[in-house]
Amino acid sequence: MKNRVMPPILLKGARIIDPANNKDQVGDLLIKDQKIDSIGADIQCEDAVETNLAGKWVVPGLIDMHVHLREPGFEYKETIETGTMAAAAGGFTKVACMPNTSPPNDNESITRFIIERAERAGYCKVLPVASITRGQQGRNLTEFFDLLQAGAVAFSDDGLPVTKASLMRLALEYSLNFDALIISHAEELELSVQGCMNEGKTSTKLGLKGIPNAAEDIAVFRDCCLAELTGARLHIAHVSTKGSVEIIRQAKARGVRVTAETAPHYFSLTEEAVNGYNTFAKMNPPLRTEEDRKAVIQGLRDGTLDAIATDHAPHDILSKECEFELAANGIIGLETSLPLALDVLVRQEGFSPLEVMKLMSFNPAKILNVDGGSLNPGHKADVTIIDPDFQFCYKREEIRSKAFNSPFLNKKFTGRAIATIMAGKVTFDLNGLLKAR
Amino acid sequence: MKKLKSRHILGMAHLEPEEITFILDTAESLKEILQRPIKKVPPLRGRTIVHLFFEPSTRTKLSFELAAKRLSADTVSISKGTSSVVKGETLIDTAKNIEAMKPDIIVMRHSMTGAPHLLAKHIDSAVINAGDGINEHPSQALLDLFSVREHFGRIKGLNLTIVGDIAHSRVAHSDIMAFSKMGANVTVCGPATMMPPDIESLGCRTVFDLKEALKDADIVMALRIQKERQGMALFPSEREYAQVFGLNSSIFSLLKKDCVVMHPGPINRGVEMSPEVADSNRSIILDQVTNGVAVRMALFTLLLADSREE
Repeated sequence: MKNRVMPPILLKGARIIDPANNKDQVGDLLIKDQKIDSIGADIQCEDAVETNLAGKWVVPGLIDMHVHLREPGFEYKETIETGTMAAAAGGFTKVACMPNTSPPNDNESITRFIIERAERAGYCKVLPVASITRGQQGRNLTEFFDLLQAGAVAFSDDGLPVTKASLMRLALEYSLNFDALIISHAEELELSVQGCMNEGKTSTKLGLKGIPNAAEDIAVFRDCCLAELTGARLHIAHVSTKGSVEIIRQAKARGVRVTAETAPHYFSLTEEAVNGYNTFAKMNPPLRTEEDRKAVIQGLRDGTLDAIATDHAPHDILSKECEFELAANGIIGLETSLPLALDVLVRQEGFSPLEVMKLMSFNPAKILNVDGGSLNPGHKADVTIIDPDFQFCYKREEIRSKAFNSPFLNKKFTGRAIATIMAGKVTFDLNGLLKAR
Repeated sequence: MKKLKSRHILGMAHLEPEEITFILDTAESLKEILQRPIKKVPPLRGRTIVHLFFEPSTRTKLSFELAAKRLSADTVSISKGTSSVVKGETLIDTAKNIEAMKPDIIVMRHSMTGAPHLLAKHIDSAVINAGDGINEHPSQALLDLFSVREHFGRIKGLNLTIVGDIAHSRVAHSDIMAFSKMGANVTVCGPATMMPPDIESLGCRTVFDLKEALKDADIVMALRIQKERQGMALFPSEREYAQVFGLNSSIFSLLKKDCVVMHPGPINRGVEMSPEVADSNRSIILDQVTNGVAVRMALFTLLLADSREE
């Protein structure tokens, strides 16, 4: 397939949702020479693979700006190949992977390795996020220039916070030279380190030590203050609390250059999912309360939170099937992100599909300063086809990721990506919709 | 009630009031055996009970072992200073290996919350939680209920005040749930640094002033200050703790005439309880210990009742 010329793809009669142009209308879309060729009412193209998509949505390829692909170092949890396969199946054409691998992505050779591996696998473009500090040790800055040259799109010590405020300030200041993005894993370890779930009613009931909201709020506030002080671009990862949402809202109102993301589990689950010592509901930050969940949804609605990112965190079963306190943090999310957004945001909360596509493609592209999130003719053809009525059960056997640590196992969903096209190439095709006939 | 609904005894959170009463009634009928000159009866002959203790314990382990032996069960005890995980074997593997030798009941104490629940998910034997992390210690709560019922003839309507480190005490968690389920009014009191959030949701009220908390109590229970479970000192000094929350002879004038004093042991004498209180005629602390054996005999008997009928 690789060296062959791809035939044009003509998508007929679909609901075309383009967040870049605020358009949501029925029409045809032609993909030719790896690009979006045209959008119109009745496009004809003789040699194209033609598909009738009545009732289906055609959207820009989804972008997940926060995943863990585990390679190099933890290939028994996930590889770049299996992770990107899961990404394609979830409708994603770009994912940004966090640097907490082994060794961590703190130098250009690892960055290049990740990009090359992803290109070879060919399922999804991978945008490496390099670490802020060498070895994620929280002491010395990495070589931002070199890493950006190699293809890094942002800097983060994700998995760990930058505990020293002076160092965070330094990173933000240095990022100004390159207008680079600093992604903050906002956590005050002094308050969180003993806990393993949200602090509150459920932690008391289960007899587990808790992590208070304040552990996140304080760190978000600190980093917003530092972004304000330096004028640098800050992005807050995995927002889970009502307080953080409000702090970010206020910072944005003051003109601080801050953006933020939340994960599907924070708008769809609460701490009660931990009942029964369910390690598949253990993550950091932890699942919070209904009040927080509602605030996160409100943040997505009013634009305080810019993006939905999965924090896809694959783990082997040994890391999860053990005492709750010892269990690793994190859940996989690439294949459930869109179904959850459709379920909770569109159907329960009344978000328009256009709003959701903004959160899942246009905004992440803008934050990471990469192309995507648009169906403008001439743009590289990153396109996802969604069947909003497709009913399926999320079964372990059908997960593309190497891991299956998900609290949504065996949940019934309505709506998912049924085909994904990256740069004109079909990377996922659930039912052979785009097969040349 | 003829048999327990629960297959395991994991915590008071999972036991219904009828089951609790059934356990206490059974313990009452079994307690008589402990007064006999020959304290052994045959019902569990040929049964095997494994005591798996990942945390040090004197009283609880001895109590479980004696309970098993009084009923003629074979017992094996395994004590591990550290969690098996440190040695490279997972808890599930350890349990499955023990299971392969066909025990009937595994009694486990573990430093981590939820460990017995994990065990119960993976093996067929009945599991009794002998204390997991800061979570629960159901057999202690049952023996506390038993001791109170024995003394007062009832539990419903009594006022229980628990004083001390509520956050790190699995005894407190189990007792709050146990006593509130049985209709007692539970009050907790202690340093605010040792109060978990929303503790009231377990079924109690919080009072910060000791005098206030003791005023109407029928039962006062002091908890051991658990130095080993605190990350950092949660109060300035033992001296200050004893001054503010210690139960000493000065409380006698505050207590109701027939109020009794309890403690799950071991006591830090002079810290949470002074000798004058622990050894006073209000103390039913040693009754608690005796009753512990009877209650554990009841748990063994009831958990194995099912298979005995076959």
